[in-house]
Amino acid sequence: MADLLIELFSEEIPARMQARAREDLKKLVTDGLVNAGLHYASAGAFSTPRRLTLTIEGLSAESPTLREERKGPATTAPEAAVQGFLRSTGLTLDQLEVRDDKKGQVYFAVIEKPGRKAPEIVAEVLETTIRNFPWPKSMRWGAGALRWVRPLHSILCLLSDEAGAQVVPLNVDGIAAGNTTEGHRFMAPGRFAVTSFDDYRAKLRAAKVLLDSAEREAHILHDAQTQAFARGLELVEDPGLLAEVAGLVEWPVVLMGDIAPDFLGLPPEVLQTSMKEHQKFFSVRNPKTGRIEGFVTVANRDTADHGATILAGNLKVLSARLSDARFFWENDLRMVKTEGLEGMGAGLANVTFHNKLGSQADRIARIAALAREIAPMVGASPDLAAEAARVVKADLRSAMVGEFPELQGVMGGYYARAAGLPDAVANACKAHYSPLGPSDEVPTEPVSVAVALADKIDTLTGFWAIDEKPTGSKDPFALRRAALGVIRLVLGNGARVQPTVIYFKSIANELVRQKINQDPTVQLGLMEFPKVDDSAVLAAVHGLKAAAFDDALGRLQSKDVVRSLVDATVDKTNDLLAFFHDRLKVHLKDAGIRHDVIDACLAMPGNDDLTLLVKRAEALAAFLKTEDGPNLIQGFKRANNILTQAEVKDGVEYSFGADVKFAETDEERALFAALDTAEAAIAPAMGAEDFAAAMAAMAALRAPIDAFFTAVQVNSDNPIVRRNRLNLLSRIRQICLSVADLTRIEG
Amino acid sequence: MSPSPAAPRSFQEIILRLQAYWASKGCAVLQPYDMEVGAGTFHPATTLRALGSKPWAAAYVQPSRRPTDGRYGENPNRLQHYYQYQVLIKPSPPDLQALYLGSLEAIGIDLALHDIRFVEDDWESPTLGAWGLGWEVWCDGMEVSQFTYFQQVGGHDCRPVAGELTYGLERLAMYVLGIDHVMDMPFNDPAAPIALKYGDVFRQTEQEYSRWNFDQADTAMLLQHFEDAEAECERILAADDTDAAGRRIVMAHPAYDQCIKASHLFNLLDARGVISVTERQAYIGRVRALAKKCADAFVTTEAGGAVA
Repeated sequence: MADLLIELFSEEIPARMQARAREDLKKLVTDGLVNAGLHYASAGAFSTPRRLTLTIEGLSAESPTLREERKGPATTAPEAAVQGFLRSTGLTLDQLEVRDDKKGQVYFAVIEKPGRKAPEIVAEVLETTIRNFPWPKSMRWGAGALRWVRPLHSILCLLSDEAGAQVVPLNVDGIAAGNTTEGHRFMAPGRFAVTSFDDYRAKLRAAKVLLDSAEREAHILHDAQTQAFARGLELVEDPGLLAEVAGLVEWPVVLMGDIAPDFLGLPPEVLQTSMKEHQKFFSVRNPKTGRIEGFVTVANRDTADHGATILAGNLKVLSARLSDARFFWENDLRMVKTEGLEGMGAGLANVTFHNKLGSQADRIARIAALAREIAPMVGASPDLAAEAARVVKADLRSAMVGEFPELQGVMGGYYARAAGLPDAVANACKAHYSPLGPSDEVPTEPVSVAVALADKIDTLTGFWAIDEKPTGSKDPFALRRAALGVIRLVLGNGARVQPTVIYFKSIANELVRQKINQDPTVQLGLMEFPKVDDSAVLAAVHGLKAAAFDDALGRLQSKDVVRSLVDATVDKTNDLLAFFHDRLKVHLKDAGIRHDVIDACLAMPGNDDLTLLVKRAEALAAFLKTEDGPNLIQGFKRANNILTQAEVKDGVEYSFGADVKFAETDEERALFAALDTAEAAIAPAMGAEDFAAAMAAMAALRAPIDAFFTAVQVNSDNPIVRRNRLNLLSRIRQICLSVADLTRIEG
Repeated sequence: MSPSPAAPRSFQEIILRLQAYWASKGCAVLQPYDMEVGAGTFHPATTLRALGSKPWAAAYVQPSRRPTDGRYGENPNRLQHYYQYQVLIKPSPPDLQALYLGSLEAIGIDLALHDIRFVEDDWESPTLGAWGLGWEVWCDGMEVSQFTYFQQVGGHDCRPVAGELTYGLERLAMYVLGIDHVMDMPFNDPAAPIALKYGDVFRQTEQEYSRWNFDQADTAMLLQHFEDAEAECERILAADDTDAAGRRIVMAHPAYDQCIKASHLFNLLDARGVISVTERQAYIGRVRALAKKCADAFVTTEAGGAVA
């Protein structure tokens, strides 16, 4: 058994790539060794800005000898066949064995692959790893052809066991492996030799390099917290920044400074963003005031003046940066006070949102109209929602957001308050972008909800209108995220929205706009088309398009053009609804609801009301977990199968007329009674959307249905009795299907 | 490392020390290119010489113009005309980082007291069809240089790879000299009989050019000049490479001059605010197409490494 130490020493590796590179190095090398027949006990990978390191313990000394037997042609086979076998095995005729087989004598090849020594395998695997390393971006340097993330300077490759350490002979494009490395670039220049991983790690520490990024992170966090605490302040933790900073230093030295009083009036988000983005500073907060009052920077060295020069330099850069930020902030505030927030956004008319979907200003006008329409459904004032929609994106024209795009919405909130707009409007500036991801919080303030929904629905219907839909892994306009946002906004707020008509009209509006752009002469009739009433829209979407629209469109001049647009809008609306259903399934699957349960509920009318849909799905999922659930489904399916077969055979539909007076058995009569009871309970429960009560009432049918099928033969010789029993089954079907489409439940 | 020399006292002393340092490291110290460019990279000593197989080592100051950065001389850090110091060595030597750090010591930065960091920053010039990987170099949190290993220029792979160093001279000098506003920076020695500050040399020109760049430049004329430069560049490159006397002379440099002109005219038009977001990409694409053709032509010449 031996231990292996590998270090790939280069110029500075981008911090963001280090974690992935550590894992890749470990995986590629260990996989390579194992595939070559070696085994090992454990492996660990490390990185600093200038090195990737891998340590492997308990590596076997050589790979096992492999013996392979291959059966060849019969000894009597034609010469060509024997020659072919020799070629494929690489043996000569006298090396083959002749053995007895059922059909006579045959040639056998016994190929022995001798085991190989670990150093040979390590050299081969490491060279392959270096040449094929999956850096996100790699480069060449000097006159060479080798690629690495930045110029690769040295390779340390050492195998050590009880007998001592030996360098694995390896040379990659002129870089020969050795047993030496370098310490800190400035604090401990020069190369030194190592004998093992422990020796390597200890000597690096003496040479001012902390090998393990986790140790550097812990050190930075501890010192930053301690220094902040000593001044009565607290560190604003930022794990992403911590990992990045730990990837920029080999010898972290934490320095804390104060933000000059001139800048303390800036919004904390501005201070934090400016310091983080430009200088990779942590923010330090005063817990009493909540203000950001200090910063932490992490240097890469100790100095004789204990970092005084470094801190002074950083403060100088910070003050130049914050002067810029304050200039933007003051200019923006001045503008908002004179022109209003809507005035600040005036320039959005010149900013293209998408070349087919017009400018940002066009988009804002659409969102305002949508927000007004959606507002009553989520309990918001339509006027306030429309007002908010008109200003929530105005900060995109502010100097501050121009500099820090990630502050969009946040700055809008500040500027809205400065402009004297109501809180509901100011809050919507940031909240209307939410939720941004599956874990982002969902806004709850009604005005924010209305605008957030309008924003996402406009995005979706717009891109659906122009056929820019996500395909495979490509979703450049983040439409999946927008759809999930709509789903989470609706469900998170328990909102009762039936958006089919909204989708239809938005898509229709967009198609009409595009059509008019192409051919202004059709304008008059087209303008009427999105104004058709809701019932006609719903009828059209649900497949009755021609009839539903004929009355409404009868008097229009451009009827044929409109008809083709109606058809296109209907198709796109249905396609968008199907997209929503897919996203919903993904979302609910994460919440533990099976896809067939969702399908069973999606088949019911009003399925675009997501809150209702989920309520139904949750009740059904809970029902299926009870003992009665799956059994009732079996009974229902049996009834449904018998009935469907009979209907196909007889060519009629057995849908009503079951009469208890034709019942012959107690079980039959009991089922009649149970159905009456269930029906009486289910109808009002459904009316009250109390799906749990409806399912409970349905569950009560399980025993009578089971008893019925045990005791009663449906296909009686008496045609009257048979028809009556089929009609009885039909009642089971009707009652069950009124709750959900149980035919779609699997199992 | 050698002990740091005494601190420099003026802007020009920093430039002179860089010149002396890179000369001592074997670079040919060239003079600025005599045309308006946006950055030192545009100098043909970088753009064209980064191409082809011939070794190259040059250092020079390049006055650079970014019309949109004009602030009428009022902003402490922003100028529409400023200086870059540029070093290009091909193939990039293995100790380029150490050479670079030596140059910081040469201008008085004590590496034992300061925190120097190489922070990922990949360089790309859409107008030159060029890109490379490298870092911005931080001194105590301030970006003092750009360090790039060129991978492609004008759409051609760089083989061998050139290492490029670019110093923003005003910013670096202000840091070294401890100056807060660029106009207050000593240009020559403060003890000189006629001591001049940066503002004495450039405040008025910053005002004049800011006004011209933003308000006065004749956009119709600039557009016409852009078209003319583009047409001339293409005409030059399309010309027969053999002249009347039967000599093969590919006119890569005169064509590239027109490409530089087009690029600067585009920057002026941009400052005048007459280029929309969508048009912007189209203009950049047109300049890139010229740069690419110039690169195509250069690599067929002797300096471009073509074997006669």
